[in-house]
Parts: sequence; structure tokens; C-alpha cells
Amino acid sequence: MSNLSETLQGLKASGRKGLIVYLTAGYPDYATTLETVLAMEAEGADVIEIGIPFSDPIADGPVIQHAATLALKAGATTAKSIELVAQIRKNSRIPLVVMTYVNSILGYGKEKFIADFVKAGIDGLIVPDLPLEEAGLLEDICKRQGIPLIGLIAPTSTVDRIKCIAQKAEGFLYCVSNTGVTGGQHNNYDQIGTVIKAARQVSQIPMAIGFGIGNSQGASAAARYADAVIVGSAILEKLTNEGVIGVRSLVRSIREALDEEGK
Amino acid sequence: MPDKNGKFGEFGGRFVPETVMPALIELEERYEALKNDAAFQEELHFYLQEYAGRPTALYFAKNLTAHYGRGKIYLKREDLLHTGAHKINNAIGQALLARRMGKKKIVAETGAGQHGVACATVAALFGLECRVYMGKEDIERQALNVFRMRLLGTEVIPVTSGTGTLKDATSEAIRYWVTNVEDTHYIIGSVVGPHPYPMIVRDFQKIIGEEVKEQILKCNIEKLKYIVACIGGGSNAMGMFYSFRNDKAITKIGVEAAGKGITTNEHAASLTEGRPGVLHGAFSYLLQDKDGQIIEPYSISAGLDYPGVGPEHSFFKDSGIVEYKAVTDEEALQAFKRLARIEGIIPALESSHALAYLEEIMPKTQLDETVIVCLSGRGDKDVDMAIKVMGGL
Repeated sequence: MSNLSETLQGLKASGRKGLIVYLTAGYPDYATTLETVLAMEAEGADVIEIGIPFSDPIADGPVIQHAATLALKAGATTAKSIELVAQIRKNSRIPLVVMTYVNSILGYGKEKFIADFVKAGIDGLIVPDLPLEEAGLLEDICKRQGIPLIGLIAPTSTVDRIKCIAQKAEGFLYCVSNTGVTGGQHNNYDQIGTVIKAARQVSQIPMAIGFGIGNSQGASAAARYADAVIVGSAILEKLTNEGVIGVRSLVRSIREALDEEGK
Repeated sequence: MPDKNGKFGEFGGRFVPETVMPALIELEERYEALKNDAAFQEELHFYLQEYAGRPTALYFAKNLTAHYGRGKIYLKREDLLHTGAHKINNAIGQALLARRMGKKKIVAETGAGQHGVACATVAALFGLECRVYMGKEDIERQALNVFRMRLLGTEVIPVTSGTGTLKDATSEAIRYWVTNVEDTHYIIGSVVGPHPYPMIVRDFQKIIGEEVKEQILKCNIEKLKYIVACIGGGSNAMGMFYSFRNDKAITKIGVEAAGKGITTNEHAASLTEGRPGVLHGAFSYLLQDKDGQIIEPYSISAGLDYPGVGPEHSFFKDSGIVEYKAVTDEEALQAFKRLARIEGIIPALESSHALAYLEEIMPKTQLDETVIVCLSGRGDKDVDMAIKVMGGL
């Protein structure tokens, strides 16, 4: 079993809710990304999602988009992000999942992109603009390289699509909380909860809710419906406004809330 | 064409978040049903004819022909349509489609503002709520069209992300659509975006070429040698070329914006200088760096200032059905002035790119050969820009 599956299945078995946190590689610089990853791990994050900055991130809201723009301006490249993953691996075994858009992968070369990141030490890949119908573009390469291509479901997904996506899912299933982009305020998880229920009928895979979870209350509310929560924009906002210390306290408070929820 | 996944050869597809996939599938199904619905086609035909002013003339440009002294030049006068450009063909079609799907709101992106004005117009006509995303830079260089949209009751939303041009306005419109997909129809303005948009927009624009086919007979044009149209996303060009795609005797030429020159980095020639990749939901030729980051395009014409191009054009390029060339800002401005002085027609700067390419082909044209240029829009909106670069003349 892979590092990622092992971690999430282990959490699920113990009844503990998982915490997946997102960072944009190279924002504001690579040294800070590395420092923040290790700090988040120390505060109890279970999986780190590393966003490789793309110039036109259509699934992301203003916070992540802005971070990507600044990272690119500061000189972020795919090669440097691969180096970052290798650096993290020297210091930690925490599961790492790379998130990026199709064109970043095609631009660098799809075989090479996945092979280089896997060699550096990633455990999974999320591509938000690669729906079920287009997944063939990367599926075989991910299989050969031994990492899951993480599937996404949304509140708008039809029952047929949910089943299809869930049956194929590996690692975990990324459940988008709302119709919209990352970072939107969101407090009602009933709609995605219904979708998750449908997915659970056909799959035992851990379910993680993401999009719009900004604090411990939001994380608790989402965790009632899922096995893990994903926090992104709120982490970047903390990093921008309060630095790594701010990120530490946010992750700690969410961890505590999730542990309370898991009891 | 396209296949069931929306591919033209290897190009096209649906590279979008899962959230909008069900909406794209619904749109495709509804469109396929309406395409063969006689009542829908009749309604579409009514508005195109009685409201927009179709068919448009195929005008023999006698003076321009005399200027070159070679073959005959005809202009397909899409500039004579209501709102001043071919964009109204697609806006009417998609607004009727939105209405049939029970959607009360429309969202759109616009570069030069012609598509925005067309959407604002049909929104007013059909009582739909409309919001249009437009880059901040384009809002400044297209003040006239911004005022027209607002006068028509549309909300124009300035986009400041990226460089504040069409690319960023498109991303913002997609984001809005993703968030409001349940009650909103997104009217894409060109043959770009995820399937089924390139097909739908092409179908609503192909009337341009279909009319030309009939008009060729009426005008007794015997040797049609060239068809020329400008390309940003490529909707007027697709409208012109589509009906002639299997006619090998006619050379189809799509003219892109070479901006300050193809060798500078300031151009918008995605087919000539780009390589295939994914932007705004489709696999197509793109201006991008080695990491796949999108390169900001540049053109004097806001309507051509787009880093991508419709996927069917990419297919046409690779299969040799259409030739793609590029002309500079300077060449387009010369053509802009030339047509005004010689024919009394002020063309859009977009269309001026197609007209500029006459300089290349007319010397090679025989006396009995005919060239048709798609005059996609009129130049009123570009007058402020022209004053800036050409001065008071």
C-alpha cells in the first residue's frame, strides 16, 4: 500500500479525521514553502497538497490565483518545485500530493513531469481540469509510476458520474464542497454530503471535503460528512498575513477541532 | 465532427472542473435536440433576418480591385449587421438556446467588446440578466463599447487579474459560471472553450460561408481562388471557411495578429508561433513557455489579443485544410486606412488584418481569379485607438 493510502486508511480505521493542507510551491519563496510544510506536519497535518503554480488556474479563487501569480513572478518553475519536493522528502515522510493544471503537465512533458515528481517523492496527483472523460491522458502514466490520479466529485455530479468516478478512485476522493472555486465562504455541507453518501455505496475509499473550509468550525462541520478535510486558501491567507507562526496556530486549531469531532 | 468527446482530431475536448461537466453534457444534449428542431431553426432564422439584418452583402470592391489591378476582390459585409459585427449571429443563437434551457441569466467575456455588445443586445431583446467580464485594459481602449453595453442594461465587470485582457476576462467568466452554473448560461464568444462550445459557435457562424456559397452563383463568380479571414479565437474565420473545408481548389487563409512582429514576443499568433496545450477547457495551439505557462499575447486589436485559438482551427492547420499567416499592427493599420480611403468603408482593426494580407496574395492572383475577404466588423469602436496611433491625420 502506498504512503498516502496507508496514512488515510489508517486514520479511517482509527476513527480519526484526516487533515489535508494546501500550499502553493514557491509562494512567497521556496524556502518558506519548505519551512511551512514542516511546521504544518508538526502541528498535525496528515497530508500535504503542493500546488504547482499555473498562470490560468480556472478552478481556483482569488487567494490561490494570487499566490500562483506571485510565485511565478518570483521565478517559480516546475523544475524548482520538483527540487522542493525532494527537499521535503529529505526531512519528512508525510504523504505529498501534487495539484496542478493539465497544461503545466503537458508543458513540461507529461511522462517526464510525473516521473520526475514521483522520483522526488510525491504520493499522488490532483488535476482539477481533468474530468473523467479526459483522464485517459494521464491515467496510464500514473499507473506505471505507481501513484493515484485523485478523482474529484462535485455537488453538481450526477449519480452515474459519482459512481463511475468513485469506482475508479484511488488514494482518496476529492469532494468539492460547493459549486464554485477554492476559497469561497461555505458552511453548509448537506449537498456534498448527499453526493458522498452515493459515492460510499460503491467505494470504500477515504472521502475528503475541500473548497471553502477556512477555520476550525468549518472543518468540524465538513468532517461530519467525510473522512478528511482539505484546507487551502485559509492557509495561504495566514501565511501572507501572519507568516509561518500564523499557519501553525491555524493548523493546530483545526487539528484540535477535528480530534474533538472524531471522538 | 467533432467526435463524441468533442475532439477534432487530437484537438478540443473538455478540460474543465467536474462542477461544470454536467452542465456541458446538458448543453450538448439540449443543443443536439434543438439543432434539428424546426421551430427553433425558424425562430433563429427570423431573428437573424429581421433583427440582425441577414443575409449580408457580398460586395464587389471595385476600387480596391482596381488598386491592385489583378483579380477581383469581394467583401463579405458582416460589418453591416446590427451591432456592427458577426458576433451577433452567435449571440442570438445562444440566447435562444439559453431561453429554451430555461436559463434566465447569461454571462460572457469580451475583448474588443463586440461580443459583449452582442450579448448585451440579445439580453435586452429577450429579457435576460447579463453580466460581461472585460479586462481593465480593454475597458480603457474600448470605451464606446463599454458604454453601449451599460446602456443596454448589462453589468460590465472589470477584470484586473493577469494583464487585464481577454484571457483573464475568459478565466473570470468561467469562474463565475462554475459558481452559478445552475441558473446561468455562459455565452462563449468564439469557437474556443470546452466541447460543445466550439461546435455550437461554429454552427451559429457557418451561415456566413453558406451565404457566400449562394452569392457566388448570383454574382457569377467562376474562379474563386482565395478566402481570407482574420483569427483571434477564430469565429468569423470558421464561419467563412467551414462550408468550403472540402473544396481544395480554394485556398483558405486565416490571418493572425503578428503585433509588433513575429520575432518580438509581442504578438498574438498562436497558430503560427504557438504549440498545442490546454487553456480554457480545450486542447489547441497556444502561446506558452516551456513550463506551459500562458504567455500574454499582444495585438493592437483587442479582439485578436488572445493566446489560444479554436481547436477546429488547430485541426485545420495540422491537416492542411487552411493556411495560417500573420500580419503586424503596422500592416493592419495601413489596410485600415486603405479601405477607408479607397472604398469608403472603415473596417474593424480585426478585419484589417485580413485585408492587409491582400498585399501578399494580390500580386500572385490572376485577372480572372476572385478573392473574398470576410469583413467581420466595422471600425467605429477602433477610432479612438486609431487616433492614438495615427494622430489627427
